[in-house]
Amino acid sequence: MIRGSALERGLAGCSVCERILRIPPGAGHAKLRCPRCGAAVHVRKPDSLRRTWALLIAAYVFYVPAMVLPITRITTLGQVQEDTIMSGVVYFVQNGEWPIGVVIFVASIFVPVMKLVILTLLAISVHRRSQWRPQDRTRLYRITEMVGRWSMVDIYVVTLLVALVRVGELANIDPGPAAFYFASVVVLTIFAANSFDPRLIWDRMETPRD
Amino acid sequence: MKTPLITCHDCDLLQRRISVPPGSAARCARCGAVLYRHVPNAVERTAALALAGLVLFFIANAFPLLSIRVGPEVVSAALPGAVLTLWAEGEHALSALVALTCIVAPALVLLFLLRVFLPLRRGRVARGTVPMLRALEAVQQWNMMEVFLLGILVTVVKLVKMATVIPGPGVWAFFVLIFLLAAATWAMDTEVVWDRLEDGA
Ligand SMILES: [Zn+2]
Ligand SMILES: [Zn+2]
Repeated sequence: MIRGSALERGLAGCSVCERILRIPPGAGHAKLRCPRCGAAVHVRKPDSLRRTWALLIAAYVFYVPAMVLPITRITTLGQVQEDTIMSGVVYFVQNGEWPIGVVIFVASIFVPVMKLVILTLLAISVHRRSQWRPQDRTRLYRITEMVGRWSMVDIYVVTLLVALVRVGELANIDPGPAAFYFASVVVLTIFAANSFDPRLIWDRMETPRD
Repeated sequence: MKTPLITCHDCDLLQRRISVPPGSAARCARCGAVLYRHVPNAVERTAALALAGLVLFFIANAFPLLSIRVGPEVVSAALPGAVLTLWAEGEHALSALVALTCIVAPALVLLFLLRVFLPLRRGRVARGTVPMLRALEAVQQWNMMEVFLLGILVTVVKLVKMATVIPGPGVWAFFVLIFLLAAATWAMDTEVVWDRLEDGA
């Protein structure tokens, strides 16, 4: 087995075609181009931590109106009822429909918060040159990459409700302002996860020389 | 000729390529990330699954996903119609996001797979193959059909007390399409393309 990262040996791998490139001396972390497929090869993602922080902070800010403002407005015979994400969860749990309450809670509250917290902790751990369990931190990163998309569930439910509930006694459902903020949180955290480079976790490890 | 070395995308460990038995994957020795898979008849498989996916894509978009009946009235929602309703409500950003994640991204994935892997079955590398393969990973990330399916399920449960909910043909096509696309991209093997480029250079 070969020891150490490609960077330590002055090499980088193309993320599209897997070709190994030699990093020209003095190039640092600059952008290279794969000679085989022409893809941009980043030795490390550019400005990774700064961009991750910017996107995370924006996501935290948008998360507040997403939780506080109504996500749906139901008009029945002139009466308007507004629901936030949380009040929706509470409604289903109180009415004994806890499976759907749990689904909405996990997708709309637990997953985005968990994703934000994990990415924040990962970024801090890289700043502090943490030596703590790099395998597990990489695994946590892969989890955030995988689960973030499931937060879109509520947006899709609103989309379908708006399209379906337009007549009869069921009256009318409109999306509330929280829908926009919530969708923004999902998109921002996807970009945040994209801009974080898990290889930084391993770069900070003090490998025992032997 | 295959490069004898490979780097891990998640931890940058440089390691030797080893041959893996059919049906299994090579994993990074340090962080456990999947490096590559050995899928038998990978090119055939991807092409066939994407072709079937194309048919289902049209059914999934042309037919209603759900209908509800309240008294004498029946309202149906197909995916493109739902996106348009949202747009008409003035929710342009949301409408665009739903269109991107449930219609545009899946369509592009299908298109790219067909354009690359149908000619590849006959050993031909089509024009545009390389840029399409470069774009594929980014496009795939925005394909969220499986999440939309969960959204359909939640909607049914929400409405079932207020009205009669009837699943439309679109829903079944949607369901199968998710599995077809997942299997098609899972089997994807682009090694042939890169080998060809290396020879041609
Ligand atoms: Zn390349
Ligand atoms: Zn690795």
